[in-house]
Amino acid sequence: MIISVASGKGGTGKTLVATSLAFSIKSKQPVQLLDCDVEEPNDHIFLKPVITQKEAVCIPVPKVDEARCSHCGLCAEICAYNALAVLPDRVMIFPELCHGCGACSYLCPEKAISEEGREIGVVELGQADGIDFVQGRLNVGEAMATPVIRKVREYAKADGLVIIDVPPGTSCPVVEAVKGSHFCLLVTEPTPFGLNDLVLAVETVRELNIPLGVVINRAGVGDKKVEEYCRKENIPVLLTIPLDTGIARLYSRGVTLAEGMPDTQEMFILLWNGIRKILE
Amino acid sequence: MKELVVLSGKGGTGKTSIVGSLAALAGDKVLADCDVDAADLHLLLEPVVRQKNEFWSGQVAVIDQEKCTQCGLCPDLCHFEAIDDFTVDPVSCEGCGFCCRICPVEAITMKENLSGHWFISDTRYGPLVHARLGIAQENSGKLVALVRQQAREMAEKQGAAFIISDGPPGIGCPVISSLSGASLALLVTEPTLSGIHDLERVLGVCRHFGVPALVCINKYDINEENSRRIEDYCLKQKVEVAARIPFDNIVTEAMVKGQPVVQYSDSPVSRRIKLLWQNIAARLSTN
Repeated sequence: MIISVASGKGGTGKTLVATSLAFSIKSKQPVQLLDCDVEEPNDHIFLKPVITQKEAVCIPVPKVDEARCSHCGLCAEICAYNALAVLPDRVMIFPELCHGCGACSYLCPEKAISEEGREIGVVELGQADGIDFVQGRLNVGEAMATPVIRKVREYAKADGLVIIDVPPGTSCPVVEAVKGSHFCLLVTEPTPFGLNDLVLAVETVRELNIPLGVVINRAGVGDKKVEEYCRKENIPVLLTIPLDTGIARLYSRGVTLAEGMPDTQEMFILLWNGIRKILE
Repeated sequence: MKELVVLSGKGGTGKTSIVGSLAALAGDKVLADCDVDAADLHLLLEPVVRQKNEFWSGQVAVIDQEKCTQCGLCPDLCHFEAIDDFTVDPVSCEGCGFCCRICPVEAITMKENLSGHWFISDTRYGPLVHARLGIAQENSGKLVALVRQQAREMAEKQGAAFIISDGPPGIGCPVISSLSGASLALLVTEPTLSGIHDLERVLGVCRHFGVPALVCINKYDINEENSRRIEDYCLKQKVEVAARIPFDNIVTEAMVKGQPVVQYSDSPVSRRIKLLWQNIAARLSTN
């Protein structure tokens, strides 16, 4: 089963929930954690995995064999991203604009274009004390997160529990990380910003037809409007984590909540049971 | 005219709360919200929308089921795994048009895509350019570029001294789009290991694009040891720490009231943010 942990707003506690859920469940059944927040992956800070395998993530970009090229200009005409420009005597390529669709190399009448891989990130695999760990890391300066997320998702196991830590927001990287999961947990905080972004995240997850539930973190900090919204929309609030300086301090030091405060494991197991009950 | 962009790498460090306060403190500016997929700045600024515009961007393939012979070529060639059962998943489709070109029976067409809206609004602190990317849409980078371009045009027309923009979290496409060519980046971090890790990456992006940066440590007192680590790191990187702001729930209280904290209270937080703006303004005038 795949559970994704998303939020809309950043910094609401996705990483806290994903790592503590994995930590609390691991003695009961096999758990795999996929950190798909490839722009800013943080789960490794908490779980301290031993990385045993690394794989570069490459996107195919065109390479032109000038000896074969007739400079007909078709490739530049068909490229939807303006990643090629054809001059009378040569072809200029702008690899950072290329999405790697493959149209130019397939359609080139002279068969002058081949695809070569350009590295934009890396996927790392390892073990974190009984948790199967996979994370993606976008290279600094690169724009396209989705191919890295897609690669991380390829490592999702078919059995056991798979937990996905999703990037913040509501656009394409979020969709890439969430789609295909059986349940989506939306972590929010009871503030106007938290509510505004929760509503957007709910719309996104509903668009994907994935059942969802909410975790309210730092309960007590703002107002009651998140709870009111969830009641009105019939969204189950599966876990409430109180505002607590002890929790914040553990987080600041990179300690998983369920490890630093073992009493909290029970509430993450209840969260897991709550999800299973909904899906039955 | 100088353009300040506020970034953080990690989400939830306080970018928007600080931008709201800078909006109240800085005179003579245009505001821009470059976080187009989870915009929050409007919750502090109560904008009155003056102009609403559609954002059309990219295309999506559509298969005409009457014409389709289910030959299997398009799902085979699509690099984005967007075609399943001879239907295009508009969310996965990147609009490259490859399928449309290779379909032997011309059953595929490309449709223009309404990906969101952008707005020009009035706020009590000056004009705001903001946007709303459609649910599950792509091209957030292009929408960010559009927001910045509009903010720049407006600032030029009004002879404004500053543009202050609230950036998105992360380091990818929309961040690069918010950052490239800006005069200065303010990086808001927090003294957590995640905050430090993400600060290092977003500072790397600033370097990559040649934008000078200042750092602000928000909630510095939740872990003073980590705050010192950030200061040591910044010293090594020759990046100025422009402010250390204490943790205070008054920031959330102000948010609940829909106000920037500097307007809401004269707390230590507000005083530090005022100093922060003085430092930023000084830096912008010498850049």
